[in-house]
Parts: sequence; C-alpha cells; structure tokens
Amino acid sequence: MARTISFSEATLEAMREEMRRDPTVFLMGEDIAKQGGIFGQFKGLPDEFGLERVRDTPISEAALVGAGVGAALAGTRPVVDMHFADFITCSMDELVNQAAKLRYMFGEQCTVPLTLRAPDGITKSAGAQHSQSLESWFVHTPGLEVVIPASARDAKGLLKSAIRSDNPTLYFEHKSLFPRKGEVPDDDDFLIPIGKAETVRDGRDAVVITYGITVGRALEAAEQLARDERIDVRVVNLRTIWPLDYDAIADAVAATHRVAIAHEAVRVGGVGGEIAAFIAEHCFDDLDAPVVRLGAAHVPTPFAPNLQEAMYPRAPAIAAACRDLVRKSR
Amino acid sequence: MTYTLAPAAPLAEGEIALGKTLLQMMVRIRALEEGIERHFLAGEIPGFAHLSIGQEAVAAGVCAALRRDDYIASTHRGHGHTLAKGAAMKAMVAELFARSDGMCRGKGGSMHIADFSIGMLGANGVVAGGFGLVAGAALAARLRKTDQVAVCFFGDGATNRGPFHENLNLAAIWDLPALFVLENNRYASTTSTAETMKIEDVAIRADGYGMPARIVDGFDAVAVHHAALDAIGRARRGAGPTFIECKTYRVRGHYIGDPERYRTKDEVEAHKSDDPIVRLQARLAGELSQGEFEALWDAAKSEFAEALSFARASAPPETGEAFRGAYAGDRDPETPHGAFALREEASFAPFFSDAPSAGTGSVH
Repeated sequence: MARTISFSEATLEAMREEMRRDPTVFLMGEDIAKQGGIFGQFKGLPDEFGLERVRDTPISEAALVGAGVGAALAGTRPVVDMHFADFITCSMDELVNQAAKLRYMFGEQCTVPLTLRAPDGITKSAGAQHSQSLESWFVHTPGLEVVIPASARDAKGLLKSAIRSDNPTLYFEHKSLFPRKGEVPDDDDFLIPIGKAETVRDGRDAVVITYGITVGRALEAAEQLARDERIDVRVVNLRTIWPLDYDAIADAVAATHRVAIAHEAVRVGGVGGEIAAFIAEHCFDDLDAPVVRLGAAHVPTPFAPNLQEAMYPRAPAIAAACRDLVRKSR
Repeated sequence: MTYTLAPAAPLAEGEIALGKTLLQMMVRIRALEEGIERHFLAGEIPGFAHLSIGQEAVAAGVCAALRRDDYIASTHRGHGHTLAKGAAMKAMVAELFARSDGMCRGKGGSMHIADFSIGMLGANGVVAGGFGLVAGAALAARLRKTDQVAVCFFGDGATNRGPFHENLNLAAIWDLPALFVLENNRYASTTSTAETMKIEDVAIRADGYGMPARIVDGFDAVAVHHAALDAIGRARRGAGPTFIECKTYRVRGHYIGDPERYRTKDEVEAHKSDDPIVRLQARLAGELSQGEFEALWDAAKSEFAEALSFARASAPPETGEAFRGAYAGDRDPETPHGAFALREEASFAPFFSDAPSAGTGSVH
C-alpha cells in the first residue's frame, strides 16, 4: 500500500519512525522545535518527543555540528538541521576535519552516526547565499556519505537510511521539493539503501544521469522527447552521491551509448565531472558520442528571477542535450 | 579575578596519599615525553610531536578526579592527558612509532592519539577542535541519562577561535555536564599570549557566557585536583559546566625541534623552579624519601623502556590498511564502501613501494 504525501511530510514520517524506533536518535537546529522548521519539516515533533530530543539551538553552526560529532561519538544518533545548506560553510572544520576523519584517524575505535540535513538549491530569488548546491565538496572529502532525494519516496527512504547509517551522512534536500507530493510506501521499515541508484525511466537512445530536483526536470525532458520526437531517453536517479553507484552508471552507458549528466550544482568541479571521467576511463568503447555535462554556470546565483532562471539546467536544456547526442551520432 | 601562587607549604596529612599518586602520574608523563623527545630526535618517530613538559600538573590533577567512563578531549599536546586518563603507555608509544599495534593502528600518530576504551575522544590536530566534541559528549550523557562528565583540555590560543565561544555558550545555556580546562602556557604556537589578547586572565571570558570560572596555580597538581573535583561534582549533579584556568608554562618549544627564537633562554630558565614535579616533591618533604622518589622514576623509566621494546617489535601496518577504515562497513566487500575500497586498493597496488614497478598516482 502507498499513500500520496508531500516531501516535507515524508521527512517528518521518517524522523518520527526513527525516533520511535531508537531512543538515541535526537534532533537539533535553529528554529525547529517551536517554529517547526522553515519548511514545516519538523512540525509537531516536540509534542511527541519533548524538547530534550528536539532542541532549538543558538545560531552557532560550528557548535551544532561539533556537538553533533561529539554526541555521535558518545552513543547517540544526532540529526542536525543546517537551516540552509549554505551555512555548512560555518562548520567546515567540524565536518571535514572532525566528522569525516575521526574513524580512520583513530584506527576504527569509533563510528560517527551523524546525519546533517541541509536544505539546498535554487529557489524563488533566494540569492547567492541561500541557493547553493555544495555536494561535490563532500564527495571529495573521504569519510562522508552524501545522499540527495528526488521525491517524497526518496526523502523518506533515504532519511531513514541516513539516520541508521554508522557513517556521517549529508542529506541535501532541495528547498523547492518540500511541498511536492508523491507516493510513499506504508511500510515502517521502508528504506532506500545508501549506494544504490535507481532507473526511474527506461530508454534506449540516451541516458540522463542525474539526482535531486534535476531528476524531475530530466523526466520532463524525456517525456517531451518521447512525445514529440520519438527519442527514447532513460533517466537514472543516483539517490546516493557518495558512495557512487559506479555499476549502475556503467550499465546505463552500455544500454544507451549516449550520456548526459545533469545537476543543479555548478558544472565546473561538480559531481558530473567525476562521473564523466569514470565513463571515459571504463566505458569508452560503449560510447557513441562524447559525454555531455549540464550544471549551473560558474557564477553565484543571481537575485533577478530572469537571471536566476537562465543559469542552471531546466528541462528544455536537458532535452536539447539529449536531442544533440542522438542526432550527432545516428 | 584574583589568583595567587599556592604556598609551597607541606601537604596536610590527609593529602599525602593523593600527593604521591599525582606525583607518580607526573613522573610517568615526564618519563614518557622525555623518551618521546629522545626517539623523535633519533629519527624513529615520524610526523610532528608536541611536548607538555612543565604542564603535567594539569593532566594529572584533573584526570585523577575523573572516572574511567567520563570523557576527555585533548589537544595536539595531548600525551599527558591520554596517559593520565588511563591509556596504556605501550600502545601509545607504538602509535607514535606508526606501528600496527599502536592505539590507532598507526593511522593517527601523536597529534591524533585516542583511546575510546577509557573515554579519551582524541588529541586534535585543529586548535579548538575539542570543544564541540566535549559539548556533544556531555549532551549525549544527558540524553542517555547517565552521570558521566566530559572535560575539554585546551590552550590559550584556542580561546581566540569561534568554536570556543559557540560551545561555551551552548554548554552554559543547556547546563551540560562539562568542564573546560584551560592550560594557559603563555604561547599559542610561537606567539606570546600577550600579543594575541588584551586580557591577562582568560577566565573572564567565561563570565560572558554565564559560566562560573576560577583560576588556579597550574604548577600545583593538588590545587588543580581540588578545583577539578569541585567542578566535576557540580557537573555530575546537573548544575552545569565550569571553566578552570590553569596558569602554567610550556618549558619546551612548540614542537620537538623548535628553535624557539621567540623567547629568551632566561625566560625559560626562570620557570625551572615552577616545575610541578619539583614543587610537589617539595610539598611532600618528610613524607617521601629520596629513595622513594628515585623509585618512582626508575619505575617510570622502565615502563617507557618496555613500551619502547613493544613499539619496536610491532610491525608497520600492512599497505592494504591505507584503503580501509574511513567508513563503517569498508572491510566488507559486500557493502558499497567495501567494494569501493577493494577497487581503490587494486588500482593503487601496482604502485605500492614493494610492487615490481613502484610509482605514485591514482588510477581507478
């Protein structure tokens, strides 16, 4: 059985179920207990779990993440909300030098079961300091896991897996996705395994490898191409950005021979580069055309709505990339 | 805030046993660090190492007031805290020698030594890295409803960083069972504290967060111990955190090999009489014979000699160890992390130093 609920409600269900299941799970962040979170994603949690386990904090990102790491070392499973992903920059030492490295550095004496929730992405003229997608920094840092849901179903299954993971996990949730509805299974133990991609649309002419909010944009492009131009595009939703599902990527290349990689994060130095390099190294003979990468322009996100909408890949750009791939290599 | 050097008066009768225990711990720390210094200079210890010689009273005094299941977080100058919390010297020395029997399998070294079996959450290569860990461990103790306490050791330099301020505030507003122990040794790396802050007593910073603070003579292990006992008792009762500033002095350079161009020999010489071991031995006069004192030293030196033999006999970690340990699950090839670790190892194997044609580089 499945129900249709919003992405935000899906994360709330995940929190509730995991907090009921494990008394060591707790949540802290700015404006979450009394206000319920900027996107309503924490609404009602203190009523069931109390203010000890759902904690409002000062605006002190370094302390929040640092204390999250310390609490994770000492037998609890903290979930820390960053308010906006952009503010992770205020806690980089805690995340990169502490959370990511302690297990390795200390010879596996500890685990760091910390979940960092970070609302990210471009939305409604939020401007340069509230619109970033920073996942590639953390893929580049050994010791962290990175998951990015694309739907309500992903949101629930990945958040539950992130909380249960013994590794520090960044959970990037796109701000524009919170109100979006989707089907979510009823099962309390519904999990989406970390490290596994999903083919969300079949197709033989080309593949769009993508994640997060861009999955929806890729599906929109694929529907349009199928309807109007009889081009059959596969869409792979990575779901986990680290550890990358390299096998799923190789399979998609072998099945389609033409690859576009799309994300909302800045293209230069983005995750798409790692995927493209992997394909060049290991799947070269399967390719009928050079790999195409789509991502945001290498500029801060502008405020003016028309400028904002011009600088990151939406459905028409993804469709154009797939069309080109197919035409050039027919 | 007022603070006076403790009088070198003989210890009261009820404190003799405590005094001997603290003296023994300080002698063990000193023997360990003098040994580390010798073998570092002999080229047997890779990396960096920082000595706490002259500051042993703080580690010994505070840790003697803790239980095994209490937590501490230390600094890059952390050998004393680690030993005083109860770590085994031989696993420490093996770690500094980068051997497989080291406390961290040879992957941490002096700056990242840790012993979770005794609640020692690690030395830290980042100045002020311990504040968050301690606030978090104290919070976890509260949430798990235990009466454990978490102690953060840090230097004067760390109090100029943001995480000090953020975490002191957090610990204060939540009344966390924490203790913040400042070892004010008057230098942040090679820069005098007089140049980096306008205040004489760092302890006044705690007042800004509503946290009680006191200043103690950091050369007096007994005084440090009493201050720590009070603060730890307070934390265990749920009455909140305390700040203790220990006025001390770093007799050795910032790191082993530091040419120390930033201070005069006379300045260092002037602090020789503050040596916490000399001071406590004097206070135990009449209760501790020269023979007993020498026996403490002999035992500490032979403990180090055994640790040295253990370290030298231990093998370096196998090369394959480089690729594992970053993630829970990465030793199991069935997990995504384990599968990736296998791939990574295979891609580097042709370049291992013992491979037929060695080189360097990543080649998926």
